[in-house]
Amino acid sequence: MAINLKEMSAAQDLLAPGHRLCAGCAESIVVRQVLHAVGQPVVVASPTGCLEVSTSPYPYTSWRVPWIHNAFENVASTISGVETMYRSLVKQGKLEDKGIKFVVFAGDGATYDIGLQFLSGALERGHKFLYVCLNNEAYMNTGIQRSSATPLGAWTTTSPVGDAVPGKRENRKDITAIVAAHDIPYVAQAAPHAWRDLMTKAQKAISADGPSFINVLVPCQRGWRHPAEETIAITKLAVETCVWPLYEVVDGEWKLNYRPSPKKPITDWLQSQGRFRHLLTPENTHIVDSLQEIVDRQWDKLLERCKA
Amino acid sequence: MVSQKVKGKPVALDGDRAVAEAIRQMNPDVVAAYPITPQTEIVMRFSEFVANGEVVTEFIPVESEHAAMSACIGASAAGGRAQTATAGAGLAFMWEVLWVASGTRLPIVMHVVNRSLSAPLNIHCDHSDSMGARDAGWIQLYDETVQEAYDNAIQALRIAEHPDIMLPTLHALDGFILGHGVERLELLPDDAVRSFIGIYEPQHPLLDVDHPVTYGPMVLTDYFFEYKRQQAAAMERALEIIPQIGEEYGTFTGRYYGLMEGYRLEDAEFATIALGSTAGTIKTVVDELRDQGVKAGLLKLRCFRPFPATILAEALGDKKAIAVLDRSLSFGAQGGPLFLEVITALFTHGLSPKVLNYAYGLGGRDIVPARIHQVYKDLIEIDREGLTESSIRYLGLRE
Ligand SMILES: Cc1ncc(C[n+]2csc(CCOP(=O)(O)OP(=O)(O)O)c2C)c(N)n1
Ligand code: SF4
Ligand SMILES: [Mg+2]
Repeated sequence: MAINLKEMSAAQDLLAPGHRLCAGCAESIVVRQVLHAVGQPVVVASPTGCLEVSTSPYPYTSWRVPWIHNAFENVASTISGVETMYRSLVKQGKLEDKGIKFVVFAGDGATYDIGLQFLSGALERGHKFLYVCLNNEAYMNTGIQRSSATPLGAWTTTSPVGDAVPGKRENRKDITAIVAAHDIPYVAQAAPHAWRDLMTKAQKAISADGPSFINVLVPCQRGWRHPAEETIAITKLAVETCVWPLYEVVDGEWKLNYRPSPKKPITDWLQSQGRFRHLLTPENTHIVDSLQEIVDRQWDKLLERCKA
Repeated sequence: MVSQKVKGKPVALDGDRAVAEAIRQMNPDVVAAYPITPQTEIVMRFSEFVANGEVVTEFIPVESEHAAMSACIGASAAGGRAQTATAGAGLAFMWEVLWVASGTRLPIVMHVVNRSLSAPLNIHCDHSDSMGARDAGWIQLYDETVQEAYDNAIQALRIAEHPDIMLPTLHALDGFILGHGVERLELLPDDAVRSFIGIYEPQHPLLDVDHPVTYGPMVLTDYFFEYKRQQAAAMERALEIIPQIGEEYGTFTGRYYGLMEGYRLEDAEFATIALGSTAGTIKTVVDELRDQGVKAGLLKLRCFRPFPATILAEALGDKKAIAVLDRSLSFGAQGGPLFLEVITALFTHGLSPKVLNYAYGLGGRDIVPARIHQVYKDLIEIDREGLTESSIRYLGLRE
């Protein structure tokens, strides 16, 4: 099951080229990485969002594997239904057991916000599927609105920067820990620049006996305001600043996968994207300080959990 | 197909249990459901069937009705039979995905135990819930008795899965009145039900990994309209197919079903139109009036979606006066949902008899024979004196 670059480069992409995602969008990168790692036979589900609208404009489709979209909030229930039907038909001998794997690719809006109840329900019921959150920290498909994954201070179109309010007032919530609290077999955070780490995680996740979840940071050059070619460099920066730690929770055991050295200051991260530009002015240093403090506190807590 | 009459087993059951029995006999591959009064008994009873190994069904105890319908959509697209049951707020909570189910042409079967919609909170029967879903692209049948709840539950599957239809189908039974009302009915032998429903052959199952399909694409201005037109055409075809399936059902049960049932209607001068259990009460009143020499009749509508406008107009064309009984309100409209359909059917068939509209039974308000007598009295009066005001009449309201 080792990740082999040579084999990978020869294998066919399960997401065909020609889709309509923006240049430099990390969503397709992660989808291809995960599907390479998971392999066939696989059935994929996606909620409404950039990935869905960009890959399924009728009469075209970019999906070389069975794929279903239902609505924005309910992808976890949809895959629950598909997976359960598979079990039922196999049990009855109506379908051959081909070892089909079930994978969800869902945005942060669909995961952190409108779909949280559905996700929680599916995790609690224990359906066997891998849920990949494509986390670009906002509702990109509808034009960059804030979500509960959007960090403190970030500009979005519903947390605009004005004279009275300097961007988003609240910090993002820790959905990875919320999912881990469901005590499912496999939970992880990953990023596309660390492709071997991400793909290994996808393989571990899909072979877990039960639901699994990987939260992947996927830069959106439109929403984050960075040059399209910097996508991968930016996810690396997120990890080096501890804004996006790479770790996994295997059967309840927390494990750190990468420790940056030295840990870069939050300002490096903020400087890389236009959505934070306003924070780098003298009157907003207190927000930068808060962000650094939050990152430090959460990093320490993570180290503690990982006994690292 | 069963062609010979089979012997049913007489039992006394309430509507919820009868429906649960029907689901057990249909033995769907997947059921996803969530409890809500007055449907809860169906989920509880069915959970027992699962626990006792009496069905092959995989039951998904979802965390909400929205998830129930969402999971049914996934399960049905995957390539097997999926069913659910709900009521009132639960159906309202599904609203968005009811459209996904029909737009994706998934033959899901849903059992609705009618309940009013909040606010104020009320658990009793009216038709606000299913009428709220009337434009969602689902076929809708209404049950008069517990026997019909059972029979319609089974026929719903055949209707939904008919290759010329492929639309989700619901049947509705009045909450508490039928849902919790114990009646005598005949249950079919399991094998008769199984051979009537046959084996399901999915057309493009998602689980066919050798032939990958994309379900739920984005369809914009170039094709969306054509997509919807096809859905409308399937509804139109259902008007022909539903009675064929009802006929086939009759050949082995002795209980034949059409789109509507006329009760002493043919030679009637005064007719009422109703859905659901109220039809039973009206039949009693019709008999009483007939004994008194009043030519009363009833048109019981079984199928509300698609709406059988032509046969309805044909059956009502010669009546002196007609009353349409609506168990829900459409606030600000010129009548209840049933009334508006009936009026349109009459008008488009060149008929303009005198028609009254009654709202009744909201939130479970009892509809007793005396009230129905009042309706026929009104009809006789407007026939004699003319129709002076056309506003909705509220039957049984405390004023
Ligand atoms: C019930 C519902 N509410 C709102 C929308 C509008 N909507 C579609 S996609 C979307 C945001 C998607 O954000 P996310 O899940 O983060 O995915 P992204 O596009 O960022 O990849 C919204 C708000 C919808 N389709 N359905
Ligand atoms: S808007 Fe952002 S998330 Fe959407 S396709 Fe473009 S880069 Fe990707
Ligand atoms: Mg997003």
